[in-house]
Parts: sequence; structure tokens; C-alpha cells
Amino acid sequence: MNDFIQITSVIAATFAVAFGALGPALAEGRAVAAALEAIARQPESAGTISRTLFVGLAMIETTAIYCLVVSLLLLFANPFTQ
Amino acid sequence: MESSPFNVETAFTIGPLAVSWPVVVTWGIMAFLTAVSFIITRRLSLKPGRAQAVLELIVSTLDSEIRETVAGNPARFRPLIGTLLIFILAANWTSLVPGVEPPTAHLETDAALASIVFLASIFWAIRSQGVGGWLGSFVRPSWLMLPLNVIGQITRHFSLMIRLFGNVMSGVFVISIVLSLAGLLVPIPLMALEMLTGAVQAYIFATLALVFVGSAVSEAATENEPKQKGTEA
Repeated sequence: MNDFIQITSVIAATFAVAFGALGPALAEGRAVAAALEAIARQPESAGTISRTLFVGLAMIETTAIYCLVVSLLLLFANPFTQ
Repeated sequence: MESSPFNVETAFTIGPLAVSWPVVVTWGIMAFLTAVSFIITRRLSLKPGRAQAVLELIVSTLDSEIRETVAGNPARFRPLIGTLLIFILAANWTSLVPGVEPPTAHLETDAALASIVFLASIFWAIRSQGVGGWLGSFVRPSWLMLPLNVIGQITRHFSLMIRLFGNVMSGVFVISIVLSLAGLLVPIPLMALEMLTGAVQAYIFATLALVFVGSAVSEAATENEPKQKGTEA
């Protein structure tokens, strides 16, 4: 029974990271593309744009980090295998 | 296999109190930063030397960043935001010291930092709007928004904690895995990347803390003045 739970946890952790990375990756690509376009159009406001971009990227990345934490919980601190 | 990233190792015990390694490293960083600041600011002169010039540059950059985000005197937020920025930067970069793990790679340190920001945002909201105004901000624009506003207040500080923890911990974890596969020179590019991530995360933590703390203050300002461009989280 314990083995089964561990195998399932590993598979679930893989899926959590895989699909959890998909959305943020696409979103970050869009954000960076838009920021580059804006900087190309208005190079003088590059400072403001890149500051906003960094904060926005961090916000987007948070969802991927959530998935990472969930998968690490499954792998290392699984409440069902104690 | 590496030990779990959620475990902390105990450094020593004082009676019944177990002191873990992240706490030791945290106090070491705090002592280091305090000592450096004390030594540099002990003899301030009108014609700054090299160290004083660097310190003045840091403070003036910080001030201009704060002024761009929150209108008004930047000196109100400088101690909190500046300390958060410099402490987290130093903590993230302690991974360069051999044998030292960044304290921010453990959930407890990040939880402490995020709760400081949480309490500070409540403090500034009450100070600038009064208790009634602060409680009133939860039911704006309508009563239906009350649960969403309460959850939003809590989750944004929770995500502040998880973001820092996840980024720093994953870096430490990846480096330790690569280190166990190939020890010589191979982890160095990853460590360089980790330094960049550490700097960016310190900056983001400080910026978001400033936005959270400042949003309460600028909300109060927009109530009195005609509509001006506010900062939203």
C-alpha cells in the first residue's frame, strides 16, 4: 500500500511540475515579447518598463513555484506515507 | 538522496530550546550588516570616502525607487524596505560561502519576513486611514467583495513567502543535485544563475512589500484628493 502511494506521488509530482510550468512559460513569453516591443517603440521608458516587467514576471512565476512546492511536498513531506 | 527541503538541522541547544542552522546564519548576517553599517557611518564626512559614497548611492537609489512607487516622503518606508532588500540580498548570496545554506531557502525565515510585511501593511493602513477606514476598505466597492478582499489580503502575503522560498530553495536544491553528479566546476554556471535569481528575488520582495505597504497609504491619499494614478498590487 505504501509503495503504491509513493509511486502515485512521484507520478503526480511529475505532472504537477510539467503542467504547472506550461502555463507560466507561455505567459512569461507573452509578457517579455510585449515588453520588448514597448522598449523598441519607446527606448526612453525602458527603465519603467523593465521594472514593471520584473515584478510582473515574478507574479506569473509564482504559479509555477506553487506547483514546485506542491510536488516537493508530495515527494518529501507526503502526509500519507508517514 | 538529499534530505528534505522542509527539514532544518539543529545547530545547538540552549536548555530546551533548539537553535537551528538558519537562525545561526540569520544572526550572522544581521551582525555582519550591522557591523558594516556601523563602521561606515561612524565617521561620516562632508567629503565622502569610497565606502561612504557607495552607501550614499544605495540610499539615494532606494529613495528614488520608493518615490516612484509611493508619492510623498520616502524616508517613511526607507528603514523597512531598505532592510528587507539588503538582508534578503545578503541572505541569498550566502550560498557563495562554502558550507552555508541561505536562510531564505527555509520556509521559516520567509514566513517571518512575510509576516513582518503583513503586520507593516496593517500598521500603515490603520495609521493612514484609521481603524474604521481600514475595516471599511474591505467592503469597498460593495459588501459582496468582503470575502474576496480578506482572502486577497492573506494570499498575497502568503505568495510573498512561497515565492521567495520556492525560488531560493529550488536553486539550492538543483545545485546540490548537480554537485552530487559532477563536483568539479560544473555547478559554477548554475551558481552564477542563482546569484542573479537571488538579486532579482530580493528586489521583487522589496518592491512588492513596498507596493503592499504603499497601497494602503496611497488609498488614503486618493480619498482626499481628486483621482490620481494609484499603485495597485
